[in-house]
Amino acid sequence: MIITGRVWKFSDDIDTDAIIPARYLNTSDPAELAGHCMEDADPDFSKKVKPGDIIVAGKNFGCGSSREHAPLAIKGAEIEAVVAASFARIFYRNAFNIGLPIFESPDAAAGIREGDRIRIDSAGGLIYNLTLDEEYRATAIPPFMAEILAAGGLINQIRRQVKDNV
Amino acid sequence: MGMTITEKILAAHCGRDRVAPGELIKARVDLALANDITAPIAIAEFNKIGVARVFDRDRIALIPDHFTPNKDIRSAEQAQIMRQFARRYQITHYYEIGRMGIEHCLLPQEGLTLPGDLIIGADSHTCTYGALGAFATGVGSTDLAAAMATGEVWLRVPETVKVVFKGANWQPWVGGKDLILYLIGRIGVDGALYQALEFTGEAVAALSLEGRLTMANMAIEAGAKNGIFTPDEKTRSYVEGRAKRPYKFYESDKNARYSRVLELDSGAIEPQVAFPHLPENARPISEVGTVQIDQAVIGSCTNGRIEDLREAAAVLKGKKIDPRVRLIVIPGTQEIYRQALTEGLIEIFIEAGAAVSTPTCGPCLGGHMGVLAGGEKAVSTTNRNFAGRMGHPESEIYLSGPAVAAASAILGRLGGPGEVE
Ligand code: SF4
Repeated sequence: MIITGRVWKFSDDIDTDAIIPARYLNTSDPAELAGHCMEDADPDFSKKVKPGDIIVAGKNFGCGSSREHAPLAIKGAEIEAVVAASFARIFYRNAFNIGLPIFESPDAAAGIREGDRIRIDSAGGLIYNLTLDEEYRATAIPPFMAEILAAGGLINQIRRQVKDNV
Repeated sequence: MGMTITEKILAAHCGRDRVAPGELIKARVDLALANDITAPIAIAEFNKIGVARVFDRDRIALIPDHFTPNKDIRSAEQAQIMRQFARRYQITHYYEIGRMGIEHCLLPQEGLTLPGDLIIGADSHTCTYGALGAFATGVGSTDLAAAMATGEVWLRVPETVKVVFKGANWQPWVGGKDLILYLIGRIGVDGALYQALEFTGEAVAALSLEGRLTMANMAIEAGAKNGIFTPDEKTRSYVEGRAKRPYKFYESDKNARYSRVLELDSGAIEPQVAFPHLPENARPISEVGTVQIDQAVIGSCTNGRIEDLREAAAVLKGKKIDPRVRLIVIPGTQEIYRQALTEGLIEIFIEAGAAVSTPTCGPCLGGHMGVLAGGEKAVSTTNRNFAGRMGHPESEIYLSGPAVAAASAILGRLGGPGEVE
């Protein structure tokens, strides 16, 4: 999978309350959640972001709550991928489970600036900065999790297993 | 090479003799839980799988605790989705308003989380049950949906960080909350990312089960996958009489492998306060300076248990809270509420000028029952002080144990119980 897009840059320790504040958790509709995506980190984000954009952040992205509303809000905003120096673990697995591509790369997080255009080659684990002409390496995705992504998320994968067992 | 308690429990749940850190396994779950926020997404995903029934109706717990008693029509509709699912699939452990409690206070009390269990919950503080010697970890709604259908979860076996709290010579008013805030202050909010935190040492052996629940609860605040204690006689006396199925005690081998061993001197730990906006901003109470507060919250899955209410009442007894402060006390479950009534604690709170609420998560996540306005400051016994967590993005949360929260309510500013005695 090749993903190309424009970057929105965020700092370290972006928590799930910043990604989608609890006051909006009385719904689970991705389109509605998308309207408040990243609101407490950048109040105008949902107005500025365009389909196909990419989020790049520092360490521990998605720390805090287990709310799947967080990756759903990002996916709902049609953000193609998230790159971070590291991810909080529940956010990490949630992203794979719902089929949101995410890439761990401290070098990319350090090198990429807001507004840069980047290209991600998920199979090769390479992130190329088209604006700066720089390349960064992402942590390899374990095959087991690549399968979940390829199936389009955990539920699709399990649905197939359940069918096979019948 | 030996195994840690976490590795042993994971191995037992994937039918193997041993597992090693880094391995991805499919494990059998003993209990899967969700709440009124996370269950609706899990239910929608479950419905997509296309199975006729849940894997085991006795091993799923559904608890309406976040926006309940419902704060608005939409949250009522979310709770309704969960209630209807519970009826349709005859879920044994569904708890209705009036009989419920905050999930992580309720389930140990009901004997549903047991030593040696593998528990997943669509709530990040599922790690609380590690206090009983279980492997317990938070997952998302999709994981939960898969587990409700198959009874299994995929997990990466974590490395373990061992934390030794040496000595049991506490300073006055120091409890589990102070130990865990101090630790997070030392290692940071990603100090144990993807790893297990194993708590050991004389101090945790001396700690009550409730204090251990408080500590395990906040393992996630250091980024950990789970926090775990070795079960002992205190664990046994807590689970005996509550457990509704067999349980098993595991302990780490002497030659188990740790990614890191951290030794902390318990006697040097003062009551702690974590400053905005991260739990790692912990400071000893002697260094908090002058911070006026508008609200104090005593409750949540971290500190809403009877021991916490007793501690707060001991500080508040015969005192009045500062006229500028709103103190909100929230017992964690109906049983805790009743116990507090019987012991006269509720009367102490009301006499002091506090509002006492029915069990709910409420203000902990800025839901209802004490949401903050812009510029307001709260001291809270909850577990997260992220910007906007309790309401307005420009409000501030200071995390502490119950004694400091109660003392601060009396003082009208951050302060320790020593100042009001
Ligand atoms: S009390 Fe707070 S931290 Fe605990 S489950 Fe409720 S919202 Fe989450």
